[in-house]
Amino acid sequence: MSQLLQALFGRLPIGWLQLTHNRTRFAAALAGVAFANVLVFVQLGIMNSMATATLKPYSFFQADIMISAPDANSMTEGSNVARQWMYQAMADRDVVAGTGLFVASVSWQRADKALGLTTYGVDPTQPVFLSPEMAKPASTLQLPNSGILDRFTRGLPRDETAAIRPQSPLSFEANGITLTLYDTFAGGGGFGGDGFMMVSDQTFLLQFPARSSGAPDHILLQLAPGADPDVVAARLRDVVSDKSLRIRSYAKAADEDLRYQQTKRPTGIIFGFGVIIGVLVGIVIVYQVLSTDVADHLSEYATFKAMGYGQGFFLSIVFEEALVLGVLGFLPGFAVANLLLLAMASATTLPLAMTAGMAVTVFIGTVVACSLSGAIATRRLVAADPADLF
Amino acid sequence: MAEDIPVDVSGLNHWFGRGEARKQALFNVNLKVAQGSLTVLVGPSGSGKTTLLTLAGCLRDVQEGSIRLLGQELKGAQSDLQKTLRRRLGFIFQAHNLHGSLTALQNVLMGLQVHGRADPELQAKAARHTLTLLGLGDRIHYLPDNLSGGQKQRVAVARALVGNPDVVFADEPTAALDRESGATVVQMLKRLGQVRGTTTVMVTHDNRILELADRIVTLEDGRIVNDTAP
Repeated sequence: MSQLLQALFGRLPIGWLQLTHNRTRFAAALAGVAFANVLVFVQLGIMNSMATATLKPYSFFQADIMISAPDANSMTEGSNVARQWMYQAMADRDVVAGTGLFVASVSWQRADKALGLTTYGVDPTQPVFLSPEMAKPASTLQLPNSGILDRFTRGLPRDETAAIRPQSPLSFEANGITLTLYDTFAGGGGFGGDGFMMVSDQTFLLQFPARSSGAPDHILLQLAPGADPDVVAARLRDVVSDKSLRIRSYAKAADEDLRYQQTKRPTGIIFGFGVIIGVLVGIVIVYQVLSTDVADHLSEYATFKAMGYGQGFFLSIVFEEALVLGVLGFLPGFAVANLLLLAMASATTLPLAMTAGMAVTVFIGTVVACSLSGAIATRRLVAADPADLF
Repeated sequence: MAEDIPVDVSGLNHWFGRGEARKQALFNVNLKVAQGSLTVLVGPSGSGKTTLLTLAGCLRDVQEGSIRLLGQELKGAQSDLQKTLRRRLGFIFQAHNLHGSLTALQNVLMGLQVHGRADPELQAKAARHTLTLLGLGDRIHYLPDNLSGGQKQRVAVARALVGNPDVVFADEPTAALDRESGATVVQMLKRLGQVRGTTTVMVTHDNRILELADRIVTLEDGRIVNDTAP
């Protein structure tokens, strides 16, 4: 390490030598940086899991445009949309297909507890609106009172979901009707429910007799190849009589849902603050580590200043220390955070996972925070006469 | 030639503290130091010797009066000029001020690396040679904590001299040294003046050094009260 840093900085690796001079303190500094990393990783992991969980249902379907009620801020919220707007939209030259999407929560009362399943009612005769992963298991939905279940549903034993097959279906009662599950798909618990279920629109209406086939929660449209969803959506906003409807490209609807979850819903705001607090605590820790180190060596730095070394030299020492602490503190922080996220994911079935983006962001953030902290700590050295610091 | 008088102090006043606590440390000090000479500043504690040394050595900002160091005015000097001048000086501090994480050799190398990148082998050879001249050839890889007070001070001397400075400012350089080591250091400084024209300004209470000095300047209460050549 010493030779590597000497080659990198073209001088004695003073930062490294300073840090490793007191092994116990160096270990404590690394532990501090690692702890800051763990804190930020966990908060980012939770924040990311919310984004993943929010966007997951959008991956079940294939559509170019989504029409929703004005108060439908997310896929599971809002009023219904009259099916007549779908027919009106289909008059557009670029709209080739349309379908209604029903959404509600079904409670599955089990022996020990009730599971909340976010349930989608789809038209099984139009598999073109389902993603390829969903289309295959959804072929069983044409059977009356049938459904397919999220195999990662929270609170459901894995062996029980693994046993659900067309030849060995599982039945349960919900809303006074017996539903039979013929297959499973990969979903995952989110913040709004324990898992997902998909049924046909007819089964959905049997489950929820108060709902009407003429008023789904959303309308999904598919466009002719090459048509720009944003352009067509803008055109539809002129064509469709109800001007209050939210007519957006499917991608934009997903983005707006995510932004709503992150900035308007209490959970999103709390998680956002968690990340900010994590970053702040991390910065305080690395600042403490670096500023203490600079303060302890101030008289030695003053001697170097008296010898003719400039501010750039001191900043390069601080940067060297930041790099050493950033790299060596990052590795255990990364490992521990990975284990924590895995344990949390296993306990909650939330999509908590370390991503390459998170790792790169936290690593760069650590080195930058260490560098800035050290640079701030050397300010006293810039202002003072060397003779006053010996 | 301005550099025939590498240190030229005129009308120098200096104060410490602010407001009511402000106290004048130097009063109208005038001093010209000739190139290659060994000038010794003597006087009781608190007479202003170290203050004058640090002002002339570019380690404090000049408040009032003038100091021309190596032909450059220090009053109002920008940090770039201060940095350039400091690289032409060797400073031996009262406290050795060695870097505790660096070995003796590495501490001395710091006196060379300030001049920029150079052949590391040559730098190491020069640093080893200087340490050996000061009797530390067998201690080059020792950390300061493992050296005696005298050995540390000799490392500090080596660090100050290894870069062949134009002027050496030394504050009690022999205080921590035994008689023999002290004589070695002073004779080395004297010889550098004779051979290379290196100018030395030294603060000391050590009477053993006075006989080697070219000039003895006595300060009392911030004023030069005597200036003699022995």
